[in-house]
Amino acid sequence: MSQDVADLSCKIYQQEGIALDAEFVCRAGEVLAVVGPSGGGKSTLMRMIAGLTKPESGEIRYGDSVWFSSESGRYLTPQQRHLGYVPQHFGLFPNMTALANVVAALDHIPKAERVARAKDWLERVNLHGLPDRLPANLSGGQRQRVALARALAREPRVLLLDEPFSAVDRETRERLYLELARLKEQLAIPVIMVTHDLNEALLLADRMILISQGTLLQQGSPREVLSRPRNEAVAKQMGLRNLFDAHVVAQEAERQITWLKFGEHLIAGNYREELDIGAKVRWVIPNQGVRFNSITKGRLCRSFNKLSITIESCLSMGETMRILASIKGVKHHLNAEVPLHFAQKMGLAPGVETEVALKSELIHILEND
Amino acid sequence: MDWQALLLSIKLSCVTVLVLIPCAIWAGRFLAYRQFRGKSWLEALIMVPLVLPPTVIGYYLLVGLGSQSWLGQTLEALLGQQLVFHFSGLVVASVLVNIPFAIQPIQRAFEAVPEEVRDAGACCGMSPAKVLFKIELPLVWPGVLTALVLCFSHVLGEFGVVLMMGGNIAGETKTIAISIYDSVQAFDFAAAGQMSLLLLLFAITALALTTSLSRRLGGVSVSRRR
Repeated sequence: MSQDVADLSCKIYQQEGIALDAEFVCRAGEVLAVVGPSGGGKSTLMRMIAGLTKPESGEIRYGDSVWFSSESGRYLTPQQRHLGYVPQHFGLFPNMTALANVVAALDHIPKAERVARAKDWLERVNLHGLPDRLPANLSGGQRQRVALARALAREPRVLLLDEPFSAVDRETRERLYLELARLKEQLAIPVIMVTHDLNEALLLADRMILISQGTLLQQGSPREVLSRPRNEAVAKQMGLRNLFDAHVVAQEAERQITWLKFGEHLIAGNYREELDIGAKVRWVIPNQGVRFNSITKGRLCRSFNKLSITIESCLSMGETMRILASIKGVKHHLNAEVPLHFAQKMGLAPGVETEVALKSELIHILEND
Repeated sequence: MDWQALLLSIKLSCVTVLVLIPCAIWAGRFLAYRQFRGKSWLEALIMVPLVLPPTVIGYYLLVGLGSQSWLGQTLEALLGQQLVFHFSGLVVASVLVNIPFAIQPIQRAFEAVPEEVRDAGACCGMSPAKVLFKIELPLVWPGVLTALVLCFSHVLGEFGVVLMMGGNIAGETKTIAISIYDSVQAFDFAAAGQMSLLLLLFAITALALTTSLSRRLGGVSVSRRR
């Protein structure tokens, strides 16, 4: 099978059963993460791309080839789509050895070459010396590798990974991240990875789409979605807890700053030209935009983006400390997460009054819903 | 020992199993994978022979397929012979009575095949037939074996339906269960005892074999699925 790589574009609408409304493109050589809470329609979307479930309407296209079109009535089966699919629990054939599992996916090459090719793929995913084992006798990580080898051995047009790391332990997961990151460099095809773990998307994906309750909330690079969530729903899905109300007090187009009045504090946020002076807005700041250190060292001399806070509670979670603090002059609370050793060094504890600085470039004003 | 009746019973069991098991594989798979309106009713209907007395089923078959009925007359015109009081009629009756024994274990076995495995088969380019023969059947084998043994043993010992539908014609419809009854009626307890013992031993052996094979094969399948 020659590797004619192309982009995969999807427009899917469905109302019956699991509702879905999503339109996106996954470019060749790109890893697209489909992120969202459980039950949000991610796996259904994956099954639709694979041809395992028929959408109500829309179009799925791989380059010039139409895989599904409700308009023309065209619908290619999974066999015709020629893709690689790694389900959540790997979907290995329990009655076949690791080698036979990979051989089973090689119907596109002559029979005589299949075993050698399968062995080669098992080696490529670092599965040495285990080709004769049944899936039941392999560890979670090894099974995941067999499933990946089986999917890739098919020389697929598109690779679909449905929560590929959810069924393995943490140590294996870390190792598999590295392997997938390495493999990514070699793959020229569109790769779509479903995950509910934002960190996985940040680590491995070039772009992401955020799906909640069947609706595509936002798409873009993971960093962009994290730092510039479109609206409050996206911000909440991305785990951003510092969502505040403020009023626009000035617009500064030259310096690309929108000035906000937040209680008695003056906040310089990312410029949004459409906002009128006096408009009520919601703004958000990710954890990495909240700085403690510059204040205590006395380097912060500007009069804006400073918040006077009183720490209310500290919760140590492994290597990090979660801090909840009340902000002077407003009813909102600030959430921050700092390394444990840093919190100890700075003496951050309940009752402590201090100031934090907010990074202007990370202050993002949300669109109104 | 009525060897003729024993051989007829074995022949009836073999034919019933040959007709029923392939149909049960299709039906069990269909019921396991498909969701549709009225599924519960269909499943309940399939189970009816389990709770209905065999003589009642036999009565309806006798009336429904007899020469007085429209269906019986049509089938006689088509096949050139009556179904009642004939071996073919016994086959029809045995198949109908054993439907739940065949479908239930096979349906449960198909339900245990993970959807992901079937999906992966399709995404590996396998045709639905290839997925069935290469993946599903090797996994549902214990269920098929259980169905096969259950049906075979059940037909071998069937009495009520056979008597109602086939009567008691030696070499044609007189099965071993009817022969035991005849022997008792004739006070030939030695023959009845021999035949009963044979059926008892067969039943115990068949069930022991099924349990052991199911455990072995089932154990492998389950551990393979983990």
